[in-house]
Amino acid sequence: MERRAFYQNPVLPWLLLAPQLLLVLVFFYWPTSQALFWAFTLEQPWGGGNTWAGFNNFLYIFGDGRYWATVARSAFYAIAVSAISMCLALTLAMFVDRALKGTRMFQSVFVWPYAIAAPAAGVAFRFIFAPEAGLIGAVNEMWPGIWNPATNGFHALGMVIVCHAWLGIGYNFIFFLAALQMLPKSLSEAGAMDGARPYRRMLDIQLPLIAPTVFFLLIMNLISSFTDSFGLIDVMTEGGPINATEVMVYKLYVDGFKGLDYSGAAAQSIVLMLLVIALTFVQFRWVEKRVHYN
Amino acid sequence: MIERSPLFDFITYATMILGMFLVLVPFWITIVAGSQNLQEVSQVPLNLWPSGHLVENIQTAWTRSDLGPKMINSLIVAVGVTTGKIILAALSAFAIVFFNFRARMICFWLIFITLMLPLEVRIVPTYSIAANALLPFQTILDVFGITGLIETLSGVRIGLEWNLLNSYTGLILPLVATATGTFLYRQFFMTIPDELVEASKMDGSGPIRFFLDVLLPLSRTNMLALATIMFVSSWNQYLWPLLITTDRKNFGTVVMQLKALIPAQNGTPDWNVTMAGALIIMLPPLLVVALMQRWFVRGLISRDK
Repeated sequence: MERRAFYQNPVLPWLLLAPQLLLVLVFFYWPTSQALFWAFTLEQPWGGGNTWAGFNNFLYIFGDGRYWATVARSAFYAIAVSAISMCLALTLAMFVDRALKGTRMFQSVFVWPYAIAAPAAGVAFRFIFAPEAGLIGAVNEMWPGIWNPATNGFHALGMVIVCHAWLGIGYNFIFFLAALQMLPKSLSEAGAMDGARPYRRMLDIQLPLIAPTVFFLLIMNLISSFTDSFGLIDVMTEGGPINATEVMVYKLYVDGFKGLDYSGAAAQSIVLMLLVIALTFVQFRWVEKRVHYN
Repeated sequence: MIERSPLFDFITYATMILGMFLVLVPFWITIVAGSQNLQEVSQVPLNLWPSGHLVENIQTAWTRSDLGPKMINSLIVAVGVTTGKIILAALSAFAIVFFNFRARMICFWLIFITLMLPLEVRIVPTYSIAANALLPFQTILDVFGITGLIETLSGVRIGLEWNLLNSYTGLILPLVATATGTFLYRQFFMTIPDELVEASKMDGSGPIRFFLDVLLPLSRTNMLALATIMFVSSWNQYLWPLLITTDRKNFGTVVMQLKALIPAQNGTPDWNVTMAGALIIMLPPLLVVALMQRWFVRGLISRDK
């Protein structure tokens, strides 16, 4: 809808926009351009300014096997987290959407994980998965050494993935349920008239119709699992054991703040930014196409 | 419901109960472990029923990680980010939607691009800007030679400096500087019919009057939604507070304290205290979400679509 009625004022809109624009300039555009600057320069160890490094910072991180391992790990992490979280949330939303008696109670509980701070959930899951504590510990007593995230990298990564996926359930559930509730009831009813049983209608009518939401959420989930895992990993594993849970954001933090390698960290930032931008771009393109066909 | 299908209804309930179990397990374990004493919590297998030591564990956790002042800090940050965001978002969305000026679309895109890159991705340079938030302006002055000019004219050298480390401003401002709220408000303002604008103009109200007396009351639901989302996300911030507060004693937030509550590798495994601490730290946003669910769900959905 194009608006026709406007206010005209040469000064007022700028006054209204000024605070937001200033903040965005200082805390978004400046740092982002600074990251670009750092990524293409090398900082002298004893001050004395930056020297132009061209693509050397990028060549350096791309030549580093450990960095590629981190990228592969992050990709696996993001895909696993998104898949688990979305499948669970979708299943729950589909059943909640049937709106049987007493569903409201389930509905509000399924939203709860959204409210939990990642590090807090990390603490809870760390206890649940602690090899010596009372839950997994019981299993470990039966088969000694079967589970130990402190020494086994796969266990550690699995533990973090499960926790991150759990945290995402609330957000995904809200969107899936909203999408399902927006579908016209007449479609399901028509399906029922043709003799399709409820589960058939779920798979063949509802699921294809909410495909846009599935796609939108997939991108959102991928982005958030690429960028939002720091708190969780810091509390649960600190990237260990032996880097088994070191994903891109965590490595960036370690290199930048512990290793004080600003140029390397900036180059990593740029790579991560490009990744996020690419994902967003895919989404925009796709949404555009969809609007076009409508 | 269209037809009777008892079997499928059974499956529906079974799945929902299973799902509820899945969602509640971490909460339940936290409560159970948080209410037991050291001996009970170290039992293998763990007794899955709460015991009576919750209050005493909370007290221990409270004093051990100094949660009192930290709670206040968290509250200040969460409320600061929430109000800051609501005010800025409403103002900027108002300017973008209801004013016709040449740079409208440029401003729109300048703000909306920030949605694309989360703080975590640009954390290193954002941190360095926090050491001196006025650096961009200093650099602009330097580049255009204004610093030198003023120095030769008046003998005073301009040195703009504003350190944000260890301050509430530093904790709050960078979190306000994103477009989430602006987007939400814009979506809402777009639905306001032109006739309403025309009618208010006809009645002689200027833009400010229109904003205060027409738009704000209409956008109350929107505001509640945004408030919930912002409160939750700023209370749960971890990486940014961790970096910007070196003086943890005075400016630390509760979520930062979680890691210190975890028992050390070879220390006493007092998970009961850890879990009691985690429980009170996760409680405020959970309460907000549980109470505001109706509004915030609407807000989330209109924000991202």
